[in-house]
Amino acid sequence: MADLDYVAPASVAGAIEALAGGGAKVLAGGTDLLVQMRAGRVKPQRIVDLKRIPGLIGVRQENGGFVIGASTSGAELGEHAALIHAWPGVVEAVQLIGSTQVQGRASIGGNLCNASPAADSVPALVAARAICVVVGGQGRRELPVEAVVTAPGATVLAPDEFLLEIRLPPRAARASDAYLRQIPRTEMDIAVVGAGVSLTLDAAGVCSEAHVALGAVAPTVLLVEAAGAALIGTTLDDAALDALAQAAEAACRPISDKRGTAEYRTRIAGVLARRAAAIAYRRASERT
Amino acid sequence: MSDAPTKNRPDTAALKVIGTRPVRPDGVDKVTGRAAYGADFRAPGMLTGRVKRSPHAHARIVSIDTRKARALAGVKAIVTAADFPDLASQEYEAGESASNLRDLAMNVMARNKVLYQGHPVAAVAAVSASIAEAAVALIEVTYETLPHVIDVEAAMAPDAPLLHSHLFTEGVSPRPASPSNIAKRHLFVRGDVDAALAAAEVVIDRRYTTQAVHQGYIEPHACVAEMAADGQCQVWSSSQGQFMVRTYCAKVLGIEISDIRVTPAEIGGGFGGKTTVYLEPLALALSRQSGAPVKMVMTREEVFTATGPTSGSVMHVRLGATREGRITAADVELKFQAGAFPGSPAGAASMTAIACYDVADFRVVGWDVVTNSPKVAAYRAPGAPIAAFAVESAIEELAQQLGLDPIAIRRLNGVRDGMKAAYGPTFENIGFMETLDAIESHPHYKAPLGPNQGRGVAVGFWFNIGGESSAAVHLSEDGGAVVATGSPDIGGSRASMAMMAAEVLGLPVERVRPIVADTASIGFTGLTGGSRTTFATGMAVVQAAEKVIEELKRRAALIWDVPVETVTWEAGAAIGPLDPKGGARRLDLDTLAAQSGRTGGPISAEVSLNAQGAGPGFGAHICDVEVDPETGQVTVLRYTAAQDVGRAIHPSYVEGQVQGGVAQGVGWALNEEYVFDVDGRMENAGFLDYRVPVASDLPMIDAVLVEVPNPRHPFGAKGVGEVPIVPPLAAVANAVRAATGVRLDDLPLSPPKIRAALQKG
Ligand SMILES: Cc1cc2nc3c(=O)[nH]c(=O)nc-3n(C[C@H](O)[C@H](O)[C@H](O)COP(=O)(O)OP(=O)(O)OC[C@H]3O[C@@H](n4cnc5c(N)ncnc54)[C@H](O)[C@@H]3O)c2cc1C
Repeated sequence: MADLDYVAPASVAGAIEALAGGGAKVLAGGTDLLVQMRAGRVKPQRIVDLKRIPGLIGVRQENGGFVIGASTSGAELGEHAALIHAWPGVVEAVQLIGSTQVQGRASIGGNLCNASPAADSVPALVAARAICVVVGGQGRRELPVEAVVTAPGATVLAPDEFLLEIRLPPRAARASDAYLRQIPRTEMDIAVVGAGVSLTLDAAGVCSEAHVALGAVAPTVLLVEAAGAALIGTTLDDAALDALAQAAEAACRPISDKRGTAEYRTRIAGVLARRAAAIAYRRASERT
Repeated sequence: MSDAPTKNRPDTAALKVIGTRPVRPDGVDKVTGRAAYGADFRAPGMLTGRVKRSPHAHARIVSIDTRKARALAGVKAIVTAADFPDLASQEYEAGESASNLRDLAMNVMARNKVLYQGHPVAAVAAVSASIAEAAVALIEVTYETLPHVIDVEAAMAPDAPLLHSHLFTEGVSPRPASPSNIAKRHLFVRGDVDAALAAAEVVIDRRYTTQAVHQGYIEPHACVAEMAADGQCQVWSSSQGQFMVRTYCAKVLGIEISDIRVTPAEIGGGFGGKTTVYLEPLALALSRQSGAPVKMVMTREEVFTATGPTSGSVMHVRLGATREGRITAADVELKFQAGAFPGSPAGAASMTAIACYDVADFRVVGWDVVTNSPKVAAYRAPGAPIAAFAVESAIEELAQQLGLDPIAIRRLNGVRDGMKAAYGPTFENIGFMETLDAIESHPHYKAPLGPNQGRGVAVGFWFNIGGESSAAVHLSEDGGAVVATGSPDIGGSRASMAMMAAEVLGLPVERVRPIVADTASIGFTGLTGGSRTTFATGMAVVQAAEKVIEELKRRAALIWDVPVETVTWEAGAAIGPLDPKGGARRLDLDTLAAQSGRTGGPISAEVSLNAQGAGPGFGAHICDVEVDPETGQVTVLRYTAAQDVGRAIHPSYVEGQVQGGVAQGVGWALNEEYVFDVDGRMENAGFLDYRVPVASDLPMIDAVLVEVPNPRHPFGAKGVGEVPIVPPLAAVANAVRAATGVRLDDLPLSPPKIRAALQKG
């Protein structure tokens, strides 16, 4: 029987070295990895636990934005008042993952790097225009969230690379975001569709910037630029929301499976994008 | 033994323990994690067993080559069908469900053919789980795949792929000339339904469908089994009946029943699904070959693909009625999937379908149809929820067409004492009208509804049974007592056993410890099923406690040197005639127990009986839902379930039974279903995509206990565990119809289906 080796390096350099040999898997909360190992779907020879590396867990404010350590759990993000104030949509998305028990382990970086098209935090992060900081043997690089995942289960990360942190940009005065997902029950499920919307309003309440991202309607999370564009210059009247929903539906390339038909997913993408935009708009309007 | 004697019975008006809510005797172990479930048992030198299962829904087994697996270091035993006797066809009665022993054996281990994905073809025991798994992978099975059929109507078609070449439809005459997948026709007829329908002023004619659903118990099947060199066997397993496990293992392996001792583990849910065996005979066969104890625990995927579920169905209901809403005719056809072997609950479904109603002319036909899916197992009120979904939906439609209140139409047509039930007997001491009263007067029924909200009503019936049970009451020398029974506790029966014994003995309930005994330590007891335990085993407990009191009175008479007839038992003490000086004579239980060594030895009694006269149960439910018209999502807002429970021994446990039944029924209505791919493989064999409701999916379920006592039970108890799952499918569906105005006759009412129906209008 193959042996399994576990290491928990205390530095970035140590982690890169531990990953260099190949056959290794990074471990954060393990709520995806351990399940996949038990099911025999992944068979790593080595597990590299990142959680002892300084900065991998925690949130800090920098240059008006936020820096989230890749292994920070949903439970921890849910207690960060400043982050919740600035990015309620990102936090509500992370907090939808699993149950109270799962929240204590599941990390934002693990949710992204597991590369599921239905990962809940990812549409919210894409709509937020978050930047990922990746480190590895070749040094450090930064890339937008939507560039990390290439296909279900696949990322651009090299075997000796890992996600160090996620950076959320500074927020304008009247800006907010929201995330909604459709599941057939109230929790403990995988999104049939997820929609994240982030927007900025001017003093008159007119939308000046908007980003819309959809989950579970394509092999990777989609940033739907036309949907965001449909909101700009509007106060999210019905016509703007109709245009948003239409653009969202037009972007969908879903599969039909046991969780929902392609037709259902497409229609729900429009419904959720519309509802999430309305929530983000209300939240932004409440800020003066 | 027959019915209980009535002497020494406490006056029901003066009950001290029955009807109270003491701390549950199994509670602390369960909440602290100390309770030992099936998978918690370990024996020294134990091996790990794993099962090689069919990847095909239907195939002929051409060959099984175990050589490579046997050569793997650490592999200690491998068994296939060749290691089990090829049994003759033989029916065996076990509680609610009869089994054919040959089918049972062939379900435990496939012989010649595999009939569903997950059907065992071989089993391995090895020194570790990883070696056992590697050995399973090394077993080479050559299959010749065959066309498969899972849909019940497709399986009934004349050109359907045939599962069993020896299966000729029973219950039709003349006997069919050729075999088919239709195992049996059940038929219940009164009067002339065709004429009654033709004469009816209003006719409802509808087709309904449901999918196979699993019992969804949290604890997977698990056992440890050992066969010693002298052939003596021990089994530790989680099941609904240790005696059932003992018999089935003996039959499947061809050994003596008396050579097997089965010890029941704490059970983590069964709901009927643990009324048969899957692993135990395999573990014993592996132990016989290896000489070591073998532990086997299923994965969740194995539980879904190879155990349970209950039938998917296609049903057709025609109701005829007068314009006033009096139902004059009912024509019901039920087509049920049985899975790989005959034995769907089509019979029970046929008997219960219109049991709540007094209908002059009816015909109920139930078809039991084999399909390439796991053989169905009992699931809480087997068949009744499915039939009730169809009939209660049709009644709702009738009420709507006639502008009648849903409770009024049920009251108009509902059964009362003295009426002959559609399935035969005459009803006595039933509480159906009382449950209707309970929901009608409940504030829920008149509460206002908002937009996109709707309210549904449905009722349900279950027979409840009695049967064979044994119980012993042993006094300890300090005057406490142990109550041992042969009934596994799947719903709080230890609490009710202790309470009934305490009530009779006049002890505080904390001084009575209830246990579930192994097959060598108590008399035969049928499995826990049919909502029979509190009724039947409870009757044995009461009689054993009464015998103990007789003995205590005899001991007191001996001490006082008075005739035993002059001694009475009151409030936990023997009271004798006044002593010669005119003083009172009183000896309490503690004193008598302490002196028992000197007055004739230990005091205990065991009673074995076959209890008759279980009272049938009725429930009436109200459900409010809100439907999101854009997503099709259904939220259950409020739920009230009234049920005639005879008398609630431990009301909290009874309420728990009602709430649990409703929760399962809501899951069945909204999201649960087996999903098969084109090759007949289950696509959702896990709790992620097989969606039982989670706590946040349900409102607090208001259980309203209606008490119409059953005179045949010492304290009036009726079975309570099954009735509550009967109405919810229809209650939810009727509420969804009320909220949307759209009829949905195909369960589950999952969001995509509802959205699609709403779009169509
Ligand atoms: C009961 C249950 C419910 C769930 N519900 C949801 C849900 O509602 N929504 C949802 O989106 N998900 C859900 N999940 C999935 C899972 O919990 C989330 O995806 C979670 O965020 C994963 O984080 P983790 O820290 O546990 O990741 P891990 O399991 O530790 O890692 C996941 C993957 O990412 C890799 N990885 C982790 N961190 C890094 C890093 N810093 N750099 C590079 N690679 C990395 C790992 O190697 C692994 O391949 C659920 C899981 C369970 C068990």
